[in-house]
Amino acid sequence: MPEIPEISAGDTAWVLVATALVLLMTPGLAFFYGGMVRMKSVLNMMMMSFGAMGLVAILWVLYGYSMAFGNDVGYGLLGSPTEFFGLAGITADSISGAIPTFVFVMFQAMFAIITVALISGAIADRTKFGAWMVFAGIWATVVYFPVAHWVFAFDSDGVTGGWIANNLGAIDFAGGTAVHINAGAAGLALALVLGKRIGFGKTPFRPHNLPFVMLGAGLLWFGWFGFNAGSALAANGTAAVAFLNTVVATAASMLAWLLVEKIRDGHATSLGAASGVVAGLVAITPACAAVNIVGAIAIGVAAGVLCAMAVGLKYKLGYDDSLDVVGVHLVGGIVGTLLIGFFATDAYIADSKLGLFYGGGAELLGKQAIAAGAVLAFSFVVTAIIAFGIEKTMGFRISSEDEQAGVDVRTHAETAYEFNDAAYGGSFTKGSGSSVNVTAPEKEGAPA
Amino acid sequence: MKLVTAVIKPFKLDDVKNALEAYGINGLTVSEASGYGRQRGHTEVYRGAEYTVDLVPKVRVVVLGDDDDAESVVDVIIKSAQTGRIGDGKVWMIPVDSVARVRTGERGHDAL
Repeated sequence: MPEIPEISAGDTAWVLVATALVLLMTPGLAFFYGGMVRMKSVLNMMMMSFGAMGLVAILWVLYGYSMAFGNDVGYGLLGSPTEFFGLAGITADSISGAIPTFVFVMFQAMFAIITVALISGAIADRTKFGAWMVFAGIWATVVYFPVAHWVFAFDSDGVTGGWIANNLGAIDFAGGTAVHINAGAAGLALALVLGKRIGFGKTPFRPHNLPFVMLGAGLLWFGWFGFNAGSALAANGTAAVAFLNTVVATAASMLAWLLVEKIRDGHATSLGAASGVVAGLVAITPACAAVNIVGAIAIGVAAGVLCAMAVGLKYKLGYDDSLDVVGVHLVGGIVGTLLIGFFATDAYIADSKLGLFYGGGAELLGKQAIAAGAVLAFSFVVTAIIAFGIEKTMGFRISSEDEQAGVDVRTHAETAYEFNDAAYGGSFTKGSGSSVNVTAPEKEGAPA
Repeated sequence: MKLVTAVIKPFKLDDVKNALEAYGINGLTVSEASGYGRQRGHTEVYRGAEYTVDLVPKVRVVVLGDDDDAESVVDVIIKSAQTGRIGDGKVWMIPVDSVARVRTGERGHDAL
């Protein structure tokens, strides 16, 4: 079984670093989302990301990796959950490509974590933490792990992978479908099942800390180099192309979003800049190794413009996708995935598939549309079923009283900020002092 | 004695503080406040959603003074806080029954 060691030190070093970069995206996302909610919900918002980091990492090594990258059990729909259960059979000598398999396992683990965390933006201010954790575990298991198999598991000697990657042959380099359309469709389903926040569309929900949002967007962009360029799984020219396009498309998207705002609203906003960055990153994710800089600019501009317009839809259609997971990730993911069908070129990477504008005809575009539609529909339907199940059994939403008082203090028994020297009075009651001096709730979530 | 309370534009605080100091007032208390008068609020835009924010940030300055000083203190505040544009704020005074200095227990005029 142990192969002749063909580990590339350079590739391994880069993918190790890229893995850490992708992990950093999730705390980055926590800041991006956390700054956008009101002061009374920032901890809950960030905890949904951190909760995903804890739970999904464990599920991934138990059976998630096996479900995604085990040998296919049929039709490219799912990897064998038992083949690598508990990472059985993998050792330090195991090799995937030119890197140790353990590095690949961890690199892909980070994708599973952030995909789950992305969904949480749709349900800000009103979600039971326990219900979120249950949802995160089930969703990762029945939605993400299979879809990661569809998209990321390529056929290799003796191992059969997923249907989108192999049978269909759509291009999704780093997860436009598996990560962003997947999370975006799930966010839409969750927002519909949980319902609107109290006061949605009537009272202003102003972001409580826009510098946090910009800090988060910065961390996301930084981490995204691991996400996109790391997906080459090698320190090579493909990684360089992905890196290049991750800069170019993101820059174009930010400028486009700001321009839309300036023309439509009269002001270029910091929230718009941060949102434009993320929209661009989302859209270039599937395309970053398939296009040249012309395609990257086009994809960035399209994402910036379309996502900036899409975030207003929730008010017209009446669903409370609180932090625009749909408007940014679903729409941005679709934009990037479909535009590959137009802009795919072999200008930078020889023998690449060609899109409509480069003589490849409409075939690739059709494949891209099928991949996007399949992931969207699967994720939306299965997420809705999971969410209804949780809502009907343990309840997904906090009480309206708790929602008005603030999910942080009622669910986590904490408040985010203590800016007041006089504090709020009170006395030390019990325990070793891990919690702050707010009045603990009588209901749920009080620490033991 | 009188308690003079002023709600002013935050950026005028330094001017008011300096003017009161020059007049001879030894101490004051400042707190952040929010509210609206004829100025009303302002508009903010987040991802294209336009909000009318009713309450504008203000600073509340509270000064204790002798009866004889009170009207002059009001004048000093008006003069130093005035921009002439809408939203300059309000000043009012109310009578105070008694004042004590916590450190020494002195009462009345000595406590000012």
